[in-house]
Amino acid sequence: GEIFELKAELNSDKKEKKKEAVKKVIASMTVGKDVSALFPDVVNCMQTDNLELKKLVYLYLMNYAKSQPDMAIMAVNTFVKDCEDPNPLIRALAVRTMGCIRVDKITEYLCEPLRKCLKDEDPYVRKTAAVCVAKLHDINAQLVEDQGFLDTLKDLISDSNPMVVANAVAALSEIAESHPSSNLLDLNPQSINKLLTALNECTEWGQIFILDCLANYMPKDDREAQSICERVTPRLSHANAAVVLSAVKVLMKFMEMLSKDLDYYGTLLKKLAPPLVTLLSAEPELQYVALRNINLIVQKRPEILKHEMKVFFVKYNDPIYVKLEKLDIMIRLASQANIAQVLAELKEYATEVDVDFVRKAVRAIGRCAIKVEQSAERCVSTLLDLIQTKVNYVVQEAIVVIKDIFRKYPNKYESVIATLCENLDSLDEPEARAAMIWIVGEYAERIDNADELLESFLEGFHDESTQVQLQLLTAIVKLFLKKPTETQELVQQVLSLATQDSDNPDLRDRGYIYWRLLSTDPVAAKEVVLAEKPLISEETDLIEPTLLDELICYIGTLASVYHKPPSAFVEGSRGVVHKSLPPRTGSSESAESPDTAPSGVQAAEQPAVIPTQGDLLGDLLNLDLGPPVSGPPIATSSVQMGAVDLLGGGLDSLMGGGGGSSFAPAPSTAMPANLGAPLGSGLGDLFDLTGGVGTLSGSYVAPKTVWLPAMKAKGLEISGTFSRQVGSISMDLVLTNKALQVMSDFAIQFNRNSFGLAPAAPLQVHAPLAPNQSVEISLPLNTVGSVMKMDPLNNLQVAVKNNIDVFYFSTLYPLHILFVEDGKMERQMFLATWKDIPNENEAQFQIKDCSLNADAVSSKLQGSNIFTIAKRNVEGQDMLYQSLKLTNGIWVLAELRIQPSNPSFTLSLKCRAPEVSQYVYQAYETILKN
Amino acid sequence: MIHSLFLINCSGDIFLEKHWKSVVSQSVCDYFFEAQEKAIDVENVPPVISTPHHYLISIYRDKIFFVSVIQTEVPPLFVIEFLHRVADTFQDYFGECSETAIKDNVVIVYELLEEMLDNGFPLATESNILKELIKPPTILRSVVNSITGSSNVGDTLPTGQLSNIPWRRAGVKYTNNEAYFDVVEEIDAIIDKSGSTVFAEIQGVIDSCIKLSGMPDLSLSFMNPRLLDDVSFHPCIRFKRWESERVLSFIPPDGNFRLISYRVSSQNLVAIPVYVKHMISFKENSSSGRFDVTIGPKQNMGKPVEGVVMTVHMPKAVLNMNLTATQGSYTFDPVTKVLTWDVGKITPQKLPNLKGIVNLQSGAPKPEENPSLNIQFKIQQLAISGLKVNRLDMYGEKYKPFKGVKYITKAGKFQVRT
Repeated sequence: GEIFELKAELNSDKKEKKKEAVKKVIASMTVGKDVSALFPDVVNCMQTDNLELKKLVYLYLMNYAKSQPDMAIMAVNTFVKDCEDPNPLIRALAVRTMGCIRVDKITEYLCEPLRKCLKDEDPYVRKTAAVCVAKLHDINAQLVEDQGFLDTLKDLISDSNPMVVANAVAALSEIAESHPSSNLLDLNPQSINKLLTALNECTEWGQIFILDCLANYMPKDDREAQSICERVTPRLSHANAAVVLSAVKVLMKFMEMLSKDLDYYGTLLKKLAPPLVTLLSAEPELQYVALRNINLIVQKRPEILKHEMKVFFVKYNDPIYVKLEKLDIMIRLASQANIAQVLAELKEYATEVDVDFVRKAVRAIGRCAIKVEQSAERCVSTLLDLIQTKVNYVVQEAIVVIKDIFRKYPNKYESVIATLCENLDSLDEPEARAAMIWIVGEYAERIDNADELLESFLEGFHDESTQVQLQLLTAIVKLFLKKPTETQELVQQVLSLATQDSDNPDLRDRGYIYWRLLSTDPVAAKEVVLAEKPLISEETDLIEPTLLDELICYIGTLASVYHKPPSAFVEGSRGVVHKSLPPRTGSSESAESPDTAPSGVQAAEQPAVIPTQGDLLGDLLNLDLGPPVSGPPIATSSVQMGAVDLLGGGLDSLMGGGGGSSFAPAPSTAMPANLGAPLGSGLGDLFDLTGGVGTLSGSYVAPKTVWLPAMKAKGLEISGTFSRQVGSISMDLVLTNKALQVMSDFAIQFNRNSFGLAPAAPLQVHAPLAPNQSVEISLPLNTVGSVMKMDPLNNLQVAVKNNIDVFYFSTLYPLHILFVEDGKMERQMFLATWKDIPNENEAQFQIKDCSLNADAVSSKLQGSNIFTIAKRNVEGQDMLYQSLKLTNGIWVLAELRIQPSNPSFTLSLKCRAPEVSQYVYQAYETILKN
Repeated sequence: MIHSLFLINCSGDIFLEKHWKSVVSQSVCDYFFEAQEKAIDVENVPPVISTPHHYLISIYRDKIFFVSVIQTEVPPLFVIEFLHRVADTFQDYFGECSETAIKDNVVIVYELLEEMLDNGFPLATESNILKELIKPPTILRSVVNSITGSSNVGDTLPTGQLSNIPWRRAGVKYTNNEAYFDVVEEIDAIIDKSGSTVFAEIQGVIDSCIKLSGMPDLSLSFMNPRLLDDVSFHPCIRFKRWESERVLSFIPPDGNFRLISYRVSSQNLVAIPVYVKHMISFKENSSSGRFDVTIGPKQNMGKPVEGVVMTVHMPKAVLNMNLTATQGSYTFDPVTKVLTWDVGKITPQKLPNLKGIVNLQSGAPKPEENPSLNIQFKIQQLAISGLKVNRLDMYGEKYKPFKGVKYITKAGKFQVRT
């Protein structure tokens, strides 16, 4: 009915009626009614001199052209004609609308008019056309490249009109996002100058695009960096918060290059504080984004905001998301100077209404105690005050943090234990119960009725969560070692509960270990269980430094809101180029580390690869199997998980209902897979310093071999291999069901290994695996897992779970899957590094029976990211100088000597970590012989 | 860039959607609704939500959620700023930014959104330019339009977009040339139980209403520009002049706009113009409590404190309140537990007081938390920071404009803890 009426009106002769009808159509369209049936009638109205009518018809076209592509062709002629109109407004409108019609057939007709418009005399048309290139690229990227529009767009960066420049930059940035390897925005000092000039004159949105683009530029020296900073600082006073934050990003990044002795450096620091604070007086949504970024800035350069503590004080009507962020920053800024104020505030917050906020406030008090030693006593007494309120969740939270305070200041605040014990009965959250049990076990000798207390927990042992069970086991063993006479019965009881009546392999394993320790050598047991524990560190939730540096480059983006690098969550960004802060070029620093130049951090990284044995033992002592801390990525490897992994049983969560560790169960619900990537993925950057732009060829892939024979795994056979393609490592598996029953619920986990290999996504087996069926899976891996040196170095222990059981196997991975794409060293650097590495680190190997010539060798190796830097011919022998870099930033330099008649090559490897040489050699051999 | 926009009202109806690229199904909003449900309070919905394929960035204004959908890495602040700009534009065009206003003017809204964003890139967001492109609705115009058949859409090139001063339209003409400046300062403060200031700062703005013909070039100077060390400028202001001479020099946009906003930081001493004496207590094991609050003036430079309103979010256990006000009137909403006391003007001779009994739900435990008092007030003819305009000069045009400056101080987020 309605459609029919509209149809009649649209075909009316009266202009006015037509227009009203089109308006009605648009109104229906806006509210989601389907008016596509009117397509031909509306298109008929397009040929008109009335600008409003034209615009309305254009609106309609954009919406429905997709569903009516054949009809849309009818409109093309009018578009082409409009692109020639004397009125620039109409020319721009036409080219703009054409770009919005996402129909392939139309795009072909669009090219000619677009080319003209990109060179139009009127800047308004050029600026619109620039955006149109981005639109077209979105629809048909190949076409845009073939037509040379990208070059035209690049030329527009030098346009005389700032608005055109800004739009060209915006369009190029968007195109570059889907083309990470292209060098669309290759900037040089001239184009930078153009951008900086345009920056002053374009609209606020244009300024954002230009600033974001500037942030990707790498100034050649500190003088250039300073001059860019000087020209960017006025943007800090812009009314648009996004402009301000983008300017902050540029400054934070380029500051890195300035010498700290420079006067200008200090001035810049001072200039950064006020605009950041001002962002906090804006609307709450802006505040939230600003706070997430300030959180990063405060960690990178705490000096900027150290005097601004008060602006982070919470107002009672702030939205909860703002409150929580403010609290986090308050703790980061807490210092001896302001701790009194901070504590007073935190105490105030602990009496607020919102439970989440109150909990976090209580936790914050504990963090203050650990961070500022002088305040510990006041914090403890504040916490005791809060315990007296008897508000259940406050008490529980307080006990959890007091446990941490005990860890930090052992034997100092034991007087409060009595008060804590009074509240034992009210604890119903596992974390609080576990904390309390830990305290009782740790201080068993000072608590008269420790045995009674622990015994009371034992009654409902099987109903407790794993965390509490493990803690209880350890605590009772501690108690037994301290008071052996009275507690023998108790310890037997708990050991039997843990080993005989429990389904949890981790609990069982731990029980057995204790049992054996106690039965074979009680003295050793004492040494192990009651040994001194390492103190907990001051800041447990700092973002790991390399990740922080990367995130600083992403200030103002989604990455900064999530505190994860974009590669961890932005869809389709496989090839995202990792950004890194520029190295400082100040004279003093540059002299001492010439060999580590591009990343600047790698030298420091090496020790982190292999934790000392001492730490591992320490871990064994404190078997707090807390649920792995979720939330911000943790910098150091979690202390608490360590021991369990040592026993090869880090798979507890596998059985214990998957408590949310890095273990990723095969998802049954549609969880956001792209965000499900491990929390700590940022850690990867520790090992993957500058990341790599993927080359298109993949590394050599060995044929699959059987890793887990069916007879060892109740009918599940697993064979597989490793591959590396375009910068991403994957484990290609074939799971075969040789049993008689259906298998389902697959999940996989790796033990800690030398290079932190870990699954980057859950094991996706979509359908249950029927008997005699097999399925091929490619499991993406990353290198952000926990690190432990294995022997052999490339050993990987894997656990696979299905509905039947958990199976363990180990396999050796070829080292070349860890060779990153940017492993090509500069010649000069190569020479310097070669000389720099001591001769005792050199290892020589023979590669026998290889008949390739030097060029073939070089190209073959290049496929697997071993790069030939130079080739020399010395006395008839070909010498290849090669470099490669491992995911954890270790460089390996190689010299390969090839004699034309001799099938045996000589390979000399030099590396700062000589233990990898042997495995690099193995990789060479595998690649060359296949 | 910005992919799509959904407008959602408080009851969760999507009443408008606009897509700048391909169409994103409404079902993407389910993730938003989920977050909204979790947040309980509308104000607490997180502004950035991730979904498997998109990100939702939203703002909440005037009981409407503006939810934008983005697909690639886009600066969230950019999106949030833009959404606020959209809301501002609606406010500007329709007088209010409400669901009804938007629904009534749906075609204009659609046209505006189309002009403001092209393929996700902001196009024209300055109100001066938008108004040239799309005329705001007025009753008169719709009558005239229906008679003459002319339209709401301008057919001129938006001249301003191309010049170096994109914020000003060309050919402005007034018979009365006027320039008014309002210096508005808001005090944000947290006062603790004992009456000492935990935190205080001043957020100031200078809002301008400039109706000057031609291309006037203005410079505004202050008696004490040193106060302004943290300033955000309208793009029209020449930053260099400010850096070197501390003078605001600019070619103004036409009409109303915010010239600068500034913050007088907490390092400087901020005068607190009112004090509050309070006694709010709940007895243990009894279902009642006492409430006694007095407000008085201090440090107000001899100017009267007016428009005083106190709002208190009472604890959940409060059933009702039996109070007597010596001045003004109070209301207590037993559903939201909000007590509002409209005091009016404070006369120092007789301080306003509100006191009486608080009744709690029987059997409810004594509330743990004491409510914060939220105070609003106004002081005319005073900029509490002491900022004073010195003079306004005009260059580039010959006529003599009429000039004026007004000062006002208000409470911003002014909270007294009890």
